[in-house]
Amino acid sequence: MKEAEIRRLLAANLLCVFSIILTAVVPAFFWDGFTVLGTHLAWLCICSVCVSALNIILHLVLKTNLSPKRSSFAHKISRFLKCCIYFFMSCILFHAIIVLYGAPLIESVTETFLFAVLLSTFTTLQCLCMLGPNIQAWIRVFSKNGAMSIWESSLQITTMCSILGAWFGAFPIPLDWDRPWQVWPISCSLGATFGYMAGLVIAPLWIYWNRKQLTYKSR
Amino acid sequence: MRLRSGVFASSCLLVEALGVALFLRGFFPVPVRSLPRREARGDPPAEPAPPGPGMVSNWTKIPPPLFKKVVIVLIDALRDDFVFGSKGKQFMPYTTQVVEKGTSYSFIAEAKPPTVTMPRIKALMTGSIPGFIDVIVNLNSPALLDDNLIWQAKTAGKRIIFYGDDTWVKLFPKHFVEYDGTTSFFVSDFTEVDGNVTRHLDRVLKREDWDLLILHYLGLDHIGHMTGPNSPLVGPKLREMDNILKKIHISLLSKEEASLPNLLVVCGDHGMSETGSHGGSSEGEVHTPLLFISSAFEKRSDPGYEHFKIAEKSHGNWIKLYLEGNNSEILLNLGKKVLKQYLEALKTLSSSLSKQVAQYDMYSMMVGTVIIMEVLLLLLLSVPKALSSRAEFEVPLSPPLFSLLFYLMCLMLCAVHVIVCTSAESLCYFCSMSWLTAVGVMMLISALMCGILSAIAKILENSRLPLKYPVVSNSSLSEVDVLILAGTIGHVLSLGASSFIEEEHQTWYFLINTLCLTLCQELCRNNFLLKECDPQHSTTVKQNFDSIGEASECKNIDIPAAGNSKLGKATSSAEFIKGSDKWISLASPWIILICCRLLRSLNQTGVQWAHRPDFGHWLTSSEHKSELSFLAAVSLFMIFFLVRRRCSLVSKIAMALGLLGVYSYRAAIGNVIFPWQRDSKDISKGITEARFVYVFVLGIVFTGTKDLLKSQVISADSSAKTTGLWEVYSGLVLLAALLFRPHNLPVLVFCLLIQTMMTKYIWRPLKFDAAQITIMHYWFGQAFFYFQGNSNGIATVDVSAGFVGLESYVEIPAIFLTAFATYAGPLLWAIHLLCYLSSEVSRNSAAVGHGCFCYALMRSIPVAIYIVLVTGLRYHLFIWSVFSPKLLYEGVHVFITATICLFFTAMDQNHSHKVQD
Repeated sequence: MKEAEIRRLLAANLLCVFSIILTAVVPAFFWDGFTVLGTHLAWLCICSVCVSALNIILHLVLKTNLSPKRSSFAHKISRFLKCCIYFFMSCILFHAIIVLYGAPLIESVTETFLFAVLLSTFTTLQCLCMLGPNIQAWIRVFSKNGAMSIWESSLQITTMCSILGAWFGAFPIPLDWDRPWQVWPISCSLGATFGYMAGLVIAPLWIYWNRKQLTYKSR
Repeated sequence: MRLRSGVFASSCLLVEALGVALFLRGFFPVPVRSLPRREARGDPPAEPAPPGPGMVSNWTKIPPPLFKKVVIVLIDALRDDFVFGSKGKQFMPYTTQVVEKGTSYSFIAEAKPPTVTMPRIKALMTGSIPGFIDVIVNLNSPALLDDNLIWQAKTAGKRIIFYGDDTWVKLFPKHFVEYDGTTSFFVSDFTEVDGNVTRHLDRVLKREDWDLLILHYLGLDHIGHMTGPNSPLVGPKLREMDNILKKIHISLLSKEEASLPNLLVVCGDHGMSETGSHGGSSEGEVHTPLLFISSAFEKRSDPGYEHFKIAEKSHGNWIKLYLEGNNSEILLNLGKKVLKQYLEALKTLSSSLSKQVAQYDMYSMMVGTVIIMEVLLLLLLSVPKALSSRAEFEVPLSPPLFSLLFYLMCLMLCAVHVIVCTSAESLCYFCSMSWLTAVGVMMLISALMCGILSAIAKILENSRLPLKYPVVSNSSLSEVDVLILAGTIGHVLSLGASSFIEEEHQTWYFLINTLCLTLCQELCRNNFLLKECDPQHSTTVKQNFDSIGEASECKNIDIPAAGNSKLGKATSSAEFIKGSDKWISLASPWIILICCRLLRSLNQTGVQWAHRPDFGHWLTSSEHKSELSFLAAVSLFMIFFLVRRRCSLVSKIAMALGLLGVYSYRAAIGNVIFPWQRDSKDISKGITEARFVYVFVLGIVFTGTKDLLKSQVISADSSAKTTGLWEVYSGLVLLAALLFRPHNLPVLVFCLLIQTMMTKYIWRPLKFDAAQITIMHYWFGQAFFYFQGNSNGIATVDVSAGFVGLESYVEIPAIFLTAFATYAGPLLWAIHLLCYLSSEVSRNSAAVGHGCFCYALMRSIPVAIYIVLVTGLRYHLFIWSVFSPKLLYEGVHVFITATICLFFTAMDQNHSHKVQD
């Protein structure tokens, strides 16, 4: 049972990694002059959209949610709207944090906001898919030993890795190398993407490695 | 002998300060260069340094003069674009016309950093590149003893007249037949300082009894310092200078004889940066115009230039012929050979150049490094002991084994010393010290070595003992610990890259932001999670800790202080603050983050983004005087409001009056205006107002000291000590408010605000241990160093702080005030740390000792690593522009930290006396 689930997790995660790689490669066939660095904002949009679409589809297919309660259509709609609002709020929050970290307030608002959207896609969207708009559950998952399934462990790991990636991505900005990837927010968004991809790969491996120690108690 | 960790840490830091001083002495090798001169000083000093015998024999006959009279007009802070740029065309029409007509040679001269007046004058007159150490002695310029133009002119019997900056008079005390020095330190004076020079001009130009006239105009520099290069005051000043140049030039032309023309030299000693200051190496600071105006240049062109042209042409022809005539393999080989020779020649040239420019006294540097590294090792090895709950440890003074080793090592080091000093061909500072001092240093090094060895031996011995007791080491580090470790290591590593040094403020801002977010997470966890967490959890934790405590009592092991705090944390969670306090506490990291973001945009520093617009420039521009006045008034009020709570009544009143005095001082020197003041009053130096504030500063500090002494005598009175410390702290805040530029007053407000919020809502409730608190204080102190507008370049040191309330330049107070104003951020945070820790004594009796130790450690790690890095990078391209200013900053910071640690120890001493009573 557990092994099979881990395999499913690995497959889903690898699909995500693959889709991110595709977003960097495929648009170049349709659009002359598309590069990740040159037309970075376009790539940010494409990547966010693809990753969120894939995540939602995977979530619907795999049914990772632990409590598959039957609920009315109206309830589902309100839930969906709530999710949208939460996602938007998380974008704003990330934007605010990035500005507090020193991003310019007025100049390059678009860049900063798209970066915030990318970060939200990597972190908040997954949480919303898996846990729904339920703050208590979020707090539970992101506290020590709070995960209740391998999907939640994977969520923890990928979220941490994306944020750490974005954090490390800020390091090369002060260097005076004048490289195209040092322009705001390329290094950070690339850092977040690589962190996310690394998290996706690491999560199944780490769970597999520690499968003996991981005992998920259900409520 | 038993030592407490505070005492141990401060003695370590004192030794380290010695090592740093020795290293700096070796790194900036000025004494090595001028040592032969110093020996020569024994001779009759009526004349400047006599030339070496070789020089006299070379010059048997003085060459015939090319010019009859020479006038050198040095305009302080004259940037190249003031003459050659659009400003020059607009405001200096005569000079532009002369330049374009071609009776002159014009150059853009490059001033080597440090672009500060005295080193630049030295450089212009001696033709040598200034050393960075000259910046430090810039303020009291000793007489120039190297060979220089003025001295040569004087020995050739030329009569020299000088008017202008009195630095020249100090450098050349007996060279001028007539002089009138003006003092350069009153930066707010724009007109009088130049009027003092110009008033002599008409008389002197009529006279015939001089050969060389030097004029040094300071007004432009003052305008730059006060209002920047784009201020409307610059234009009229340039026009004034143009008229003076016209007058001199016309007068020189009218007196010209057929045989010997006259020469007018116009130059700047340095430029000014976009903010109007100077000292660093930015484009605007290093590029100055250099004009030679004389009718002589019309008649003949320079033969050297022609020769060079001819040589260039023939070289080109030769290559062309060669390429056309021959196309075989021989040509290819020859080409390769030529290329190789070129490259080799270049390599030798560059290496010989860099060796010539950068002479290091390696021996002194090595001795300094060894001392610093040993101190660092000793500190690191004693971390577990020093942070134990007792904060005490045994220092073995005379174990027999080590005494033998000690003597052997002393002997060996002395032998090495003798060998090095007798074999070195260049003079070295450490060798020139007296034998007794050298032997003392050797003994110190060996003693430290023995200390390290014994510490290592003790650790090995302990680890060999079987582990009977439960493992005390708290296996999981909290997020804050991880961040603190990673941040410290990351910052130290970043010092190896010149860009990261230039932009060090970014590192600190990044780190404190992350720290705030981590604290926010910690707060959330405390507020939301632990409450719903089952109560039996905390009791089990408590039991665990109790059992560990018992076990360690039996076996006499030190429990780390972290244990205590963890226990406290677990038990406190139940009675964690409720209600509105909870929400304020949750919001506080965000408020601090917003404060930091505002401060970051107050002063743009560093190099890459220094030109970006910031609030500081907006406020200091003359159109926004009323906004600046409002901000300053509000800030001063806020400072009073934040400091007031914990002061006694007397110091509260003194504080209020002092802050009023600060405002009236700023109003007197023209930075801010009173609301009722419509017309612009004349600007004074504000001596009275500043001294009025000094009186209150001294009064408050004195009251605080009195309270501290009282708390030492009357042992029961522990609140007196807290009040006393807080009063000393508020006295320093008042001093900082006086010395800070008015647009920097919000920095002080936010400093106090963040400290208050941190104390009330984060540190107290979360119960961090002393080490964590200390490191957080250190980080915030560093960040505030840069929030003030400082950077790792010399240019941002605000020298004007050293002249607040002083009639003229007095060395000791000026240095003290400048150092205080520069390091106010770290200093205030350190004193606040002391206040906080001594109020926490009830919870952890060794808190002050731990704090002192951690503070010393946090300072020693970057210094030691940086010194090693700088030694490795000493032939780096940016060694003089980036690495050495940073080295100076680090060095001064070590001295200041040593003082702070001594103060800490003194406070700790009081406490221990009290306990013994």
